[in-house]
Amino acid sequence: MALIHPPGAYPVVVVGSGPGGLQTSYCLSRLGIRHAVLSADDAPGGMFRSLPIFGRLLSWSKPDAPFEPGSREYEWYDHNSLLADDRAHRALVPAEMDRSFAVPSRPEMERGLAAFAASAGVRVQYGCRWESTRRDDDGGLVLTTTEGEYRCRVAVFALGVTDPWKSDIPGIEHVPHYVETLEPRAYEGKRVVVIGKRNSGFEIADGLLPWARQVVLVSPRPVQTSVLALASVRVRYMQPLEDAGLGGGTLALDAAIERVERTADGFRIHAHGTTRPGEIEVEADAALAATGFRAPLLDLGELGVQTVAQGRIPALTPFWEAVGAPGVYFAGNATQGAAGLRRHGVGASSPAVQGFRYNARVLVEAIAERHFGVTPPRGSLGPGEVAPFVAHELAHGPDLWAQKAYLARVLTLESGGAARDAGVQPLAHFVDAPGPDAVAATVEMNAAGSIYPVLYVRRGGSVSERVLDPDPQHAYSGPRYLAELEGLLRS
Amino acid sequence: MGIGADIETLGRLALFADLSRPQVEAIAHTLDEEMFPEGQRVLRQGFSGSNLYIILDGEAAVVIDGTERARLGRGEFFGEASTLLGTPPTADVVATTPLRCLVVPAPELEDFLMAYPAVAIRMLREEVRRLATTLQWL
Repeated sequence: MALIHPPGAYPVVVVGSGPGGLQTSYCLSRLGIRHAVLSADDAPGGMFRSLPIFGRLLSWSKPDAPFEPGSREYEWYDHNSLLADDRAHRALVPAEMDRSFAVPSRPEMERGLAAFAASAGVRVQYGCRWESTRRDDDGGLVLTTTEGEYRCRVAVFALGVTDPWKSDIPGIEHVPHYVETLEPRAYEGKRVVVIGKRNSGFEIADGLLPWARQVVLVSPRPVQTSVLALASVRVRYMQPLEDAGLGGGTLALDAAIERVERTADGFRIHAHGTTRPGEIEVEADAALAATGFRAPLLDLGELGVQTVAQGRIPALTPFWEAVGAPGVYFAGNATQGAAGLRRHGVGASSPAVQGFRYNARVLVEAIAERHFGVTPPRGSLGPGEVAPFVAHELAHGPDLWAQKAYLARVLTLESGGAARDAGVQPLAHFVDAPGPDAVAATVEMNAAGSIYPVLYVRRGGSVSERVLDPDPQHAYSGPRYLAELEGLLRS
Repeated sequence: MGIGADIETLGRLALFADLSRPQVEAIAHTLDEEMFPEGQRVLRQGFSGSNLYIILDGEAAVVIDGTERARLGRGEFFGEASTLLGTPPTADVVATTPLRCLVVPAPELEDFLMAYPAVAIRMLREEVRRLATTLQWL
């Protein structure tokens, strides 16, 4: 059978057919950059073909919203659909939702992604597993796969953060990982210890509450309720956490586990308290390691790819190129390896679709310009149009709202008050790289949960920040902000 | 991210020398690790909203108005003054080698120091040492 993308030479090779890979391929096609998309799977969807275990996502897609589905502004109210230029290919996840929740189920998400791949014409070589990587003599990359060798100047790895990972605890090899969680009824009448108190730990606790005799969550770090209050993870956390808080049976222990002992009919966990010192022993009938995942990097370390978080995440530049391996880029969940400015301690939304779908578009534009001399089409603004344009982006730009303080809309300032659209760029790049007079508009959030616009203005090579007041209705395109923006752009 | 740095690496830092192993493990699970390529700015003079960074590996230069004033290496930290005072940093800090850091987000620094007073004391000692060095120069 003829392959969709046979082995050979391509300008770009994309690996992965989850949301990151699909979005990257779509954007490359829109700019006319030839590429191959390779996937070990046999259908689109990536991790959403099997995870999350209990079948419900954390991020919202609201079928009804202040803006019409299919409009660009609506993207902020739909965190799970991929981006498209053609309205017919937008907002495909909410179209699949039965509206019992404002967050999609796993099958609804999977169907929405498959609908995007089909309708937007994303062509993937399925059943083609990437196995190893090397550099050829002229600096290009060679990807060896089960179908043969693919050569390219640029490779984009969009494989998610999907390899089960366990922390280095003696005996943990006996504990099934989160992905091996059985049907809830298998835990009926059992005392279950869950190692880990993050999303997946609480997801298991929530899923087992109607079944298990008792759930005990153990990890060194206390639950960060201040963070929860701002995050959609409360969908999962709140019930087990309330149960623990009211003494309803669920326990959330802050303890570093020294070892896991296999007993005749279960597990014994030996631990030391972290927030309160002292030895802790927990007996359980079943145990699950909700200890997280790592990016499947295979042999990329040998090309120079560096990692953070105990080898789990690639260390990336603001444009998601691997630190130490030029031409090797990442898309999808692994783009969390570029932390950005972390203004006021707040990180980017790169681990979620709502954040990394925009990263993919910005990444593709950067690859197009840097490696292939292709400049995306962009407009100019007359003197009277600049402030209203910036105001609209600050109020409704879905990329700025999704990737707060990571992505910014950049305008190059020209004489007489006119400007040229320079697209969306990583804020870290704008503030650190030299360039002409320009303004970068972004939306930021501080630890207190206040959301407000910030302008970064570059004049004569030096960048200064201008923080605007928050508005309780986020009405940043209103007359008051327009006047302020006009003043700032003139100064 | 918040998925932790290597526990052995953290345990060897002077700043954490007085902590128990479970405490070091809790820190490893709480704080993010971040890596910067050579030449990347980590702290930016005059910009609000920065954080505290503790160097795990590599070297960084402290640069004020374009002039290098000091070098920082493994176990040293920066960004504490601007974070505690809530003011923009008075210097750039730039990676001069690939730089691996532990990040304490600004809003969490005070709670962090109150949870680990031994770390606060070690940090205070270093601040006093820096102040004494500065006074010698005056």
